[in-house]
Amino acid sequence: MFNKFKPYLIVLISLVSLFFIIIFSSGSEMIILDPKGPVGAVQKDLIMLSIYYMLGIMVVVLSFFTVILLKYRSSKKDSDYKPEMHGSTKLEIIWTLIPVLIVIALSIPNTKALYELREAPKATAHKDPIVIHATAADWKWIFSYPEEGIETVNYVNVPEDHPILFKVTAADSMASFWVPQIGGQIYGMPGMVNDLYLQADEPGTYDGRNSNFTGEGMTHQKFDFVALEEEKYREWVKDSQENEPKLTEETYEKLMLPDTVDEMTFSSTHLAFVDHGKNSEYAMAIREKYGVEASSHGADKEAKSSHGNHGDHGDMEDHDNHEEHGDMKEHEGHDDEEHKDHENNEGHEH
Amino acid sequence: MFDFIKDNLILNDPLILGANISIVFTVIGIVATLTYFKKWKWLWNDWITSVDHKKIGIMYIIAALIMLFRGGVDALLMRAQLTVPNNEFLSSQHYNEIFTTHGTIMILFMAMPFLLGLMNVVVPLQIGARDVAFPFLNNLSFWSFMFGAILFNMSFVFGGSPDAGWTNYAPLAIEGSPGPGINYYLLGLQISGIGTLLTGINFVVTIIKMRAPGMTLLRMPMFTWTTLITAFIIVFAFPILTVTLALMTFDRLFGTHFFTLTDGGNPMLWSNLFWLWGHPEVYIVILPAFGIFSEIIATFARKTLFGYKSMIISLVAISGLSFVVWVHHFFTMGGSAAVNSVFSISTMAIAIPTGIKIFNWLGTLYKGRIEFTVAMMWSVAFIPTFLIGGVTGVMLGMAAADFQYHNNYFLVAHFHYTLIAGVVFACFAGLVYWYPKMFGHKMNERIGKWAFWFFSIGFNVCFLPQFVLGFSGMPRRVYTYGPEDGWTALNVISSVGAFGMGVGFMIIVYNVYYSYRFAKRELSGDAWDGRTLEWATSSAIPPHYNFAHVPEVKSADAFYYMKQESKESGKPEKVGYKPIHMPSNAGTPFIMSGLFFVGGFGLVFELWWMAILALIGIFGCMAYRSLFSHKQDAGYYVSVEEIEKTENPYKREA
Repeated sequence: MFNKFKPYLIVLISLVSLFFIIIFSSGSEMIILDPKGPVGAVQKDLIMLSIYYMLGIMVVVLSFFTVILLKYRSSKKDSDYKPEMHGSTKLEIIWTLIPVLIVIALSIPNTKALYELREAPKATAHKDPIVIHATAADWKWIFSYPEEGIETVNYVNVPEDHPILFKVTAADSMASFWVPQIGGQIYGMPGMVNDLYLQADEPGTYDGRNSNFTGEGMTHQKFDFVALEEEKYREWVKDSQENEPKLTEETYEKLMLPDTVDEMTFSSTHLAFVDHGKNSEYAMAIREKYGVEASSHGADKEAKSSHGNHGDHGDMEDHDNHEEHGDMKEHEGHDDEEHKDHENNEGHEH
Repeated sequence: MFDFIKDNLILNDPLILGANISIVFTVIGIVATLTYFKKWKWLWNDWITSVDHKKIGIMYIIAALIMLFRGGVDALLMRAQLTVPNNEFLSSQHYNEIFTTHGTIMILFMAMPFLLGLMNVVVPLQIGARDVAFPFLNNLSFWSFMFGAILFNMSFVFGGSPDAGWTNYAPLAIEGSPGPGINYYLLGLQISGIGTLLTGINFVVTIIKMRAPGMTLLRMPMFTWTTLITAFIIVFAFPILTVTLALMTFDRLFGTHFFTLTDGGNPMLWSNLFWLWGHPEVYIVILPAFGIFSEIIATFARKTLFGYKSMIISLVAISGLSFVVWVHHFFTMGGSAAVNSVFSISTMAIAIPTGIKIFNWLGTLYKGRIEFTVAMMWSVAFIPTFLIGGVTGVMLGMAAADFQYHNNYFLVAHFHYTLIAGVVFACFAGLVYWYPKMFGHKMNERIGKWAFWFFSIGFNVCFLPQFVLGFSGMPRRVYTYGPEDGWTALNVISSVGAFGMGVGFMIIVYNVYYSYRFAKRELSGDAWDGRTLEWATSSAIPPHYNFAHVPEVKSADAFYYMKQESKESGKPEKVGYKPIHMPSNAGTPFIMSGLFFVGGFGLVFELWWMAILALIGIFGCMAYRSLFSHKQDAGYYVSVEEIEKTENPYKREA
């Protein structure tokens, strides 16, 4: 009896699980399909276009599939059976040409979009883009505003409705700069600079991160992408220029060590000491100077077990740069205050 | 020496400690059993030194199943970690090691050997050959794969696993990962890669040179065709891997600067070289899978394969395209719009030949008499699931959209939909289908269907939500996430599905045991009323010389037409047997591969004396082989009496 019902049971299980997947997925926000800027919008349109085409293909193939399986199963004796049938030139040409047409239909908007994304968004092309250098270092994001003379760590403030030209690079591992709701990513690589235009259409704080694997701290290599109203942004720039400390070379060197840090703000940029787009050795030289190695297996096993996720923390403290490392902690504490300032700016005043 | 072991043996992690203990007990158990039953000699003579392609194939498949278990446990550990936000089940470092070994093992030590195993068992039979072209080399291929795999897996308990992802990107793998983990990756892959390259050469020559009379290229079964194309891809792609791995090994061990950040090294070069091999590698595992499905669908739809020639043309097209799309693995590297467009189009173009194949399979089912055996169910389920993998592949191929998908769960879902629905389903289907040829009995169909439903439903429940997770911005390779990200519900579902797949796998393992005990023994060689020559041997398990008479091929689906013909003309007249020349067993490959392992281990820990001694040993083996190959290769003749006995088992009693 069980055998008789099994096919129906299986179909039922499949449908129920599909149902649950749909229900639960509606609970999660598909932020890529809800872009807040022109770059993300171009990408979303392209994605939706491809989804429609692909759903079309799936409906056609799955219908054929279902009908054929039901009609020609061996238990159904009356079906016609043609064991020698081995091809049909006409059919084969048809199902070669249709995918060719679909590939062409998708390639054209794709190529258009690729060229479009290389330039500043059209709607605001009349405004001069703000240039921000985004540098990935294990495991933090450093943003330099060369024209404004400000540098931030792990957050970036931008004005809304204004094209931003990110010049993305990295100090060490290859990272990927990604703000899902604003627009797609680009690699930051040591010794190279990649351009990425982004723009936010409405004020808000959006999640940005590194999506390329860079080792132990990669999961926490995130930043806030904060879009402010034009005026608030100007005030924040002015305020930072006047009230934030200068970035000393020593502080910057500490940022090159593999560790996660809190948000920071400075009133000068690291471009005075180093251009990571040209110098890929800088971070390595600094690690050598401080005697720091990235996470390792054998050497810091005990450290790992006692420190949990901060295995290499232990590793660093084992070295003679103990005190310097302590210094860095103080910096972090200091920066916590700055972080508050930054929040104040954002929240109150105007 | 003692300090060295003490420093590197991993004992502080309870999960790994448990594994250590179970490994020790398993090894003691195996050694004790073999000694008690006095099986050492049998193991050495009948298996380890065997050059019989069927036995080598079986050893490949057993190794692959063990690796599937290992890689599957890795997968379940990851799913367990990601089930709830802010989980502290695994640390970041441990998670990184697990996804690295999961990826590497599943592609290189599970999928590939599984398919190489099936090729070894089936292809010489399908073309009516007595063995592969180079039997000695075949044994060497297997053992170097095996010792490479053992070396790679040792990292888990001794010294620490690699942790830079299966793509092992520089500079993370050089500057960001001290310790022996990455060395294990480099040398384990290098040693097993030698085996794969040799197999590629072996199968190209076997298929080109050793076909039975009458078997023209356009009469070859589809699985043989896919094997031939795959072997060609291996021959062209694997040297790239060999060189790339060697360069990074030099960087790490000898202080060269090919991929480093300092002294003019170029990390991007690694990505290019890796994917220049890595993309064809994906087709090395998917094309034989297509061949397996073609065989099974034709057999159980009881029809000739639809569009045989267009199947072959599309195979060749796919293999060509597989070499010119590698840049789609890093559209985000900042290439110009023109470069990204070109690689987008070439990537999407792969959908065209693949689409032709899908429609041809549907055409094969059309107007057939479809029997839903377990092998057929895996093959039929492949079509809609692989379709999902295929269409999402086209979506990923659009570079401008890929800026959003890159490195997120949409990608993870996509490649699992192609690799599991394509390769793993094919491995299971092929295993069930050719099981009687290997072991003389079928696998239980009822248990097999349970396994199928658990695994395939579990698979969809596991990976379908991951497409949505991709759209929700969840990046791959993160070891945890926060509740505010909103990814929890879908991750829970995904983990449930993963455990469903685990249950499915365990049912398959149980089925092996159950069928061994209870299944009806197959007497004829033709368990499924097959269409191709591997079913034409006299007995369920073919004798070591395969065919007493070399079959003569008059058309595609050779065996099907032979059966038709003998039905019409009655029994064929008896023809006398002739002695058959067979190659002799060889112990050198095992010893040589063992030395590769020892040398590899020496290099991993920079124990130069060990590496140098092993290298001398390897050269010794080569010299021995060169000087005495005329004796080793003398082989032996299977006598007419022995053939008569084997071919007519009833005479044996008399």
